[in-house]
Amino acid sequence: MERSKNDIWVGLFVLIGLAALVFLALKSANLLNLSFESNYRVAAKFDNVGGLKPRAAVKSAGVVVGRVESITFDDKSFQARVMLSLESRYQFPKDSSLKILTSGLLGEQYIGIEAGADEKNLAGGDTIANTQSAVVLENLIGQFLYSKAAEGPATPGTTPKK
Amino acid sequence: MRWWHPADVGQATRSLMDQWGYGARLLTRMVLLFGPTMRRFGLVRDQIHFLGNYSLAIITVSGLFVGFVLGLQGYYTLQRYGSSEALGLLVALSLVRELGPVITALLYAGRAGASLTAEIGLMKTGEQMAAMEMMAVDPISRVLAPRFWAGVIVMPLLAAVFSAVGVLGGYVVGVLLIGVDAGAFWSQMQGGVDVFKDVGNGVVKSFVFGVAVTFVALLQGYEAQPTPEGVSSATTRTVVISSLSVLGLDFILTVMMFSI
Repeated sequence: MERSKNDIWVGLFVLIGLAALVFLALKSANLLNLSFESNYRVAAKFDNVGGLKPRAAVKSAGVVVGRVESITFDDKSFQARVMLSLESRYQFPKDSSLKILTSGLLGEQYIGIEAGADEKNLAGGDTIANTQSAVVLENLIGQFLYSKAAEGPATPGTTPKK
Repeated sequence: MRWWHPADVGQATRSLMDQWGYGARLLTRMVLLFGPTMRRFGLVRDQIHFLGNYSLAIITVSGLFVGFVLGLQGYYTLQRYGSSEALGLLVALSLVRELGPVITALLYAGRAGASLTAEIGLMKTGEQMAAMEMMAVDPISRVLAPRFWAGVIVMPLLAAVFSAVGVLGGYVVGVLLIGVDAGAFWSQMQGGVDVFKDVGNGVVKSFVFGVAVTFVALLQGYEAQPTPEGVSSATTRTVVISSLSVLGLDFILTVMMFSI
């Protein structure tokens, strides 16, 4: 096929378009941060996961070490069953504990993992039992009101039942 | 007007079905002509040059100004909640997910779709289509299909240019003018924008819009009454129908992509 004078302009146009796509993918999205590391899956049981969502971060010492894969309800123990996918390059002792934390006052919830002291490390398929539930604001307010009502002179009719 | 008469309802239904069927057949033919069209890439190249290169200026300028405005308005809202660092995220997400594909498609419908309709309508008025058929040249594969595929190729590229320039515009206003921290601007953006969920779905959207707008423009041109009034009303219909279908499709695609 013979070349035409349009070739160079069309080529430039296509290159500009592709460069824009690459710019969006690299600079404004997280293509470079996508980890293709191998993962291992660990289960955890929580009494209450609060507002935790799948894909939430799992952090240790503030560093992202994995993601929440799925959250399901276990109707045997009536607990939430959270599957975590941790990056294989990070190893944690078997008795590590999990906490559901919030970034900032109103931010996203994430799971904090605190290393224990066991000799053995967590392996795929393990279940972490040592967990601390999410702080539910309504329960906190309820406890606060109960303790207030208990110490102050209770007005009739609002006495909390013990 | 006897619109309640069963015969009128029947006739209206039949002519509607006839039009839709005709449109669907034309679209199917153009899609199936992908291979033969790409083998004669010279035709497509000239159309990419006509539809893409000439639209680049309006797309770039509009993207820049939309980015500026997003930066200013976004900052005004975000600083009330003390989270002006999230400006980059706001600008990038609104551009990549919605504004980039939609505004590009609307501009493209006005800039390129209308000219496609006018060109093909005038070819029909001058009986060039009939002349081609007389020479055993299929006007659909010679005239319509290269324009269709050129439009489908061009739209995602234009939308990507629009979004990228818009992000830069938001950066200029947010960081250089207002003084949001540059590191927070980019890192919040990179933390919140997903390559496949946001950027990828934006590309899919602009691809669908490219198919819709180009197809509407070609169909209206090919179906235009071969008179000056016919061509002018076909051009108007192209802009109206393709803009409305872009907005409608955008809602449907957004529901399908981003709602769980």
